[in-house]
Amino acid sequence: MVVSKKVVLRFPKRMVDRPIIYRLVKDYDLEFNILKASITPEQEGLLILELKGNQQEYDKGIEFLIKAGVKIQSLSQDVTRNEERCTHCGACITICPTGAFKLDQKTRMVIFENDKCIACGLCIPACPPRAMEVHF
Amino acid sequence: MAKTIAEINQKIKEGKAVVFNAEEIIEIARLKGVKKTAQEVDVVTTGTFGIMCSSGAYFNIGHTKPRIKLGGGRAYLNDVPAYTGLAAVDLFLGANALPDDDPRNRVHPGEFNYGGGHVIEELVTGKDVRLVATAYGTDCYPRKKLETWINIKDLNQATLFNIRNAYQNYNVAANTSDKTLYTYMGVLKPKLSNANYSSAGQLSPLFNDPFYKTIGIGTRIFLGGGTGFIAWQGTQYNPNVPRTKKGVPKEGAGTLAVIGDLKQMSPRWLVGTSVMGYGCSLTVGIGVPIPILNEEILAFTTVTDADIIAPVIDYSDAFPNLKPDKLGEVTYAELKSGKIKIKGKEVPTASRSSYPKALEIANILKEWIRTGKFLLTEPVERLPGVESGVTLKPLKERPIED
Repeated sequence: MVVSKKVVLRFPKRMVDRPIIYRLVKDYDLEFNILKASITPEQEGLLILELKGNQQEYDKGIEFLIKAGVKIQSLSQDVTRNEERCTHCGACITICPTGAFKLDQKTRMVIFENDKCIACGLCIPACPPRAMEVHF
Repeated sequence: MAKTIAEINQKIKEGKAVVFNAEEIIEIARLKGVKKTAQEVDVVTTGTFGIMCSSGAYFNIGHTKPRIKLGGGRAYLNDVPAYTGLAAVDLFLGANALPDDDPRNRVHPGEFNYGGGHVIEELVTGKDVRLVATAYGTDCYPRKKLETWINIKDLNQATLFNIRNAYQNYNVAANTSDKTLYTYMGVLKPKLSNANYSSAGQLSPLFNDPFYKTIGIGTRIFLGGGTGFIAWQGTQYNPNVPRTKKGVPKEGAGTLAVIGDLKQMSPRWLVGTSVMGYGCSLTVGIGVPIPILNEEILAFTTVTDADIIAPVIDYSDAFPNLKPDKLGEVTYAELKSGKIKIKGKEVPTASRSSYPKALEIANILKEWIRTGKFLLTEPVERLPGVESGVTLKPLKERPIED
């Protein structure tokens, strides 16, 4: 079975100079799409990837990452909406490049589809009441 | 048969008033007809919840011992400057005010994370706010410095006073240039890639009383979660704009100045707001009841999104350069469908004002009236109508020569 998941990888600074992602491709035949990367020598690195591949290989690849010392978070935990602050105006809808915000035509409420989010962060400053929050 | 406000109030007190919101009334009047509906319905409630920049609040903080005269001095609330051109311990805080050290647009677009609107929200939430002030000292007000926490519950007066809210219609903003614009109408992507609008349309107060026949000075309203009043016509008030056959203004027209006790209000309906690349503001909730005095007034409240037309304005040229050009006209029904056509191109739309919150406000007001908690008021005076000749003038600049 083929799976496709978005993950946030955090590299401790000792690992920043190792070709980790290369091994995911070479040894586990995983396809990757870089959604966001921030890698600075001597500092913690952050990489947001979409990983696609066979479920078994995917699991092995993740196990390899954990053993190597990479901290893994699933992306959906990273960009959240503060429901108390959201006014459902809809300002975010045309800002989001992946269409993660949708208007419910009946209630006119804004639906946030977390699984479409690539954590680019464009909605964060564009939200007037600052209801969108990013936790990296 | 015509009704009076006194008769409607009597029914409200008896818990017998028939009240609907401005969305529900459309369907009811369609089914029953205007005549019958006007006889049966007493009040139609409206609502709007959007960013309303010309908002602010004034406070009397109480006298210090020894006394200080802030008037002519400087005062900051959570580092946001408040206006001190008033008497000893009165301050006015505008929603757009920014801390002196805010980077503003030095790195464009600025984020504008905290300003006057946010201070107002924090006060309403009941949070302590830091007041730092300096004064020049007089014989009767000798003190020159003040640093203290203040809380809304301890203030003598905390009054929301917004000089321009609830715009009757508004521009739809788009961008024909090849760079992204950061405007008060939101982020506008290049080459007509999106269009933003800002009105609750058929629910918005002044669309339901387009000739200001019932809404006037002294009208009691829902304001920021409490009750307030219409104080005056809002600034930039302009009844003399092109209108549709049904009288609906086809561009920004009437506005309201509103006032109310901030202590009654709630952060749910007064939200500190950040507009990227533009500044800070306040999102305000307003609901206005419309007494159904006769058939004509009822007919106005049945306005639908399809009846309301708004101009599409290019914010890369026409707006900043005060040119009258329009890219086109669209209805709110089209805007709410999620896409409109501008110059043959399909453009996705987004709203700056919240329709579900506007509906919630209209429903809260409906409930207040149904349960006898909220009585209607007879306006003390009408807002200027079309016949007043009031218009909106640009500034005529005259060079100053010494």
